[in-house]
Amino acid sequence: MTARIDARFAALKAENRPALVTFVMAGDPDMETALEIMTALPAAGADLIELGMPFSDPMADGPAIQKAGLRALHAGQTLAKTLNTVRRFREGDQATPVILMGYFNPIYVYGVDVFLQAAKAAGVDGLIVVDLPPEMDDELCLPALASDIAFVRLATPTTDDRRLPAVLKNTSGFVYYVSITGITGSAAPDAGKVEAAVGRIKRHTDLPVCVGFGVRSPEQARAIGSGADGVVVGSALVNAIAETLDAEGRAGPATVGAVTGLVEALAAGVRAARLAEA
Amino acid sequence: MNQSLPLNSYRSGPDEDGRFGNYGGRFVAETLMPLILDLEAAWKAAKEDPAFAAELGDLGTHYIGRPSPLYHAERLSQHLGGAQIWFKREELNHTGSHKINNCVGQILLAKRMGKTRIIAETGAGQHGVAAATVCARFGLPCVVYMGATDVERQKPNVFRMKLLGAEVRAVTSGAGTLKDAMNEALRDWVTNVADTYYLIGTAAGPHPYPQMVREFQSVIGAEARQQMLDATGKLPDAVVACVGGGSNAIGMFDAFLDDRDVAIYGTEAGGHGLEVENGHAASMSGGRPGVLHGNRTYLLQDADGQILEGHSISAGLDYPGVGPQHSWLKDAGRVNYVPVTDAEALDAFHTCTRFEGIIPALESAHGLAHVLKLAPTMSQDQSIVLCLSGRGDKDVHTVAASMGMEL
Repeated sequence: MTARIDARFAALKAENRPALVTFVMAGDPDMETALEIMTALPAAGADLIELGMPFSDPMADGPAIQKAGLRALHAGQTLAKTLNTVRRFREGDQATPVILMGYFNPIYVYGVDVFLQAAKAAGVDGLIVVDLPPEMDDELCLPALASDIAFVRLATPTTDDRRLPAVLKNTSGFVYYVSITGITGSAAPDAGKVEAAVGRIKRHTDLPVCVGFGVRSPEQARAIGSGADGVVVGSALVNAIAETLDAEGRAGPATVGAVTGLVEALAAGVRAARLAEA
Repeated sequence: MNQSLPLNSYRSGPDEDGRFGNYGGRFVAETLMPLILDLEAAWKAAKEDPAFAAELGDLGTHYIGRPSPLYHAERLSQHLGGAQIWFKREELNHTGSHKINNCVGQILLAKRMGKTRIIAETGAGQHGVAAATVCARFGLPCVVYMGATDVERQKPNVFRMKLLGAEVRAVTSGAGTLKDAMNEALRDWVTNVADTYYLIGTAAGPHPYPQMVREFQSVIGAEARQQMLDATGKLPDAVVACVGGGSNAIGMFDAFLDDRDVAIYGTEAGGHGLEVENGHAASMSGGRPGVLHGNRTYLLQDADGQILEGHSISAGLDYPGVGPQHSWLKDAGRVNYVPVTDAEALDAFHTCTRFEGIIPALESAHGLAHVLKLAPTMSQDQSIVLCLSGRGDKDVHTVAASMGMEL
């Protein structure tokens, strides 16, 4: 259903503002609380939702998302449960695009065709799989496109003009620009450099370009958002969850509100991005 | 592309996409992809350059001490009463294991690529020591990632690395063993792409590492094959090596893969036994195919595709994956991969020490344990070559603990 992603970006374009893309980990800190958080995200101001598929060996993630994945796995999260979370989310929300993000092995072990069928039925709109570069498109990207599920590719500062066409070739939905060379939740990106990089990518594609890795405050969201079609925030949200957990890692009364409160502030930052220019 | 390896040779892989059949490949984050393509290009250019081969050969002779001897273990052979047992003595190399063969090759490549900082992962510390050694030799800063559990059980090697000027970073994520060290090294690499060379220690990871490491290690089998011909006038009947990631094994096996009369055995870490859940590190005998650390290969994993930690008394074999060429050779039936338990490896460790006056690494003792089973089933005019990949000084604390002693 790239249709849901396309419709959302078209609406945002009409509003003349960038998207707020929020990442949370499925099953963190437990399946029910994670669903409650996910369900509350659109009203708090999230325009698209990236839902993490926990993996034991997240090579591209920093400590915050590593810990979120381990919390979810310790609570018994599996890929099947993550798909079920999306299905239950869809019962109450038909408009917000949901993109699953993670690593290839759990999908490979689940079985690519079976997974795509189940993901489609659950209401998944797109996939971001960190360890599948364009050289590996036969594995999942092409089958996903054939199933009408978007394959959102990561472009990075090391993706030069020579390589960019190959990276963009089978990308759909939007392009996720990784603003730094590094892992999730690292140092904040330089807004000026990011804007130049987004401009470079846009010369090669008509797809929206969203920027992530290292964005954590409303001010940063506003600065990055002024030069991009969307801003992705992840580590800051999973940290907000972590700070509300008790000593055994269980959710408390403040858990959901900590996330929605931060999302509301980030949404205000993103909404101010273009107004500031006008 | 996937099935394009010619069937008349087991030595021709991988294909241009880094595939050995369905195994191997390049499953890495986009940030690393341009680096891996650069590395492949640099490696191809180096192979064509006689100056590279000359420098590698010179360091092999004068720094590593190649060729390593082929030794007839006569007392052990007599004791077992079957096949003649020969050791390919990689433990006599500089730094005490086969790991240095690969490190010398890769540091020359890193230098050619203009990289100014080296990172490495290590389990037992043998690769970490070899990497720290070549960094000292070539004056490059070195960061070694090592699981916190391994830092604890391999103290002598940690100190050696520090003496050599390397920074050892203890990794506490996961169970603090080799796979976690590799994750952390990949995170470092993705952060420091401009100046950093990742010196992978085994024949695994994204293409071209499995092929490149095999080629740097294949000197082991090439020498052993010729040395056997010189010493006995014929090829051995069997070749044996231990397999963790599998670099000494693929280096030993490569020259023999197309000698169809030579039986080849790779011994995996059977730990407490394959029947004990998460109690072994035998990814081929007790795992199934998956994708981790840049390649598709046999992995220890649960039903949801989450990677298991595994267990082995030997830190160097305590890894939930294996090089992709081994996975392919297993499916092709060319190599027999067999599990060896902690107890069997310890028994072989003592036997070798007492009968031959050679203290083997616990990793190599896994290979030896299979030789102890195999030799009595063969006749006295037959022969077995074991790759004695490392020396056991680093393991004396672990062995003492297994005997209820503390040093």
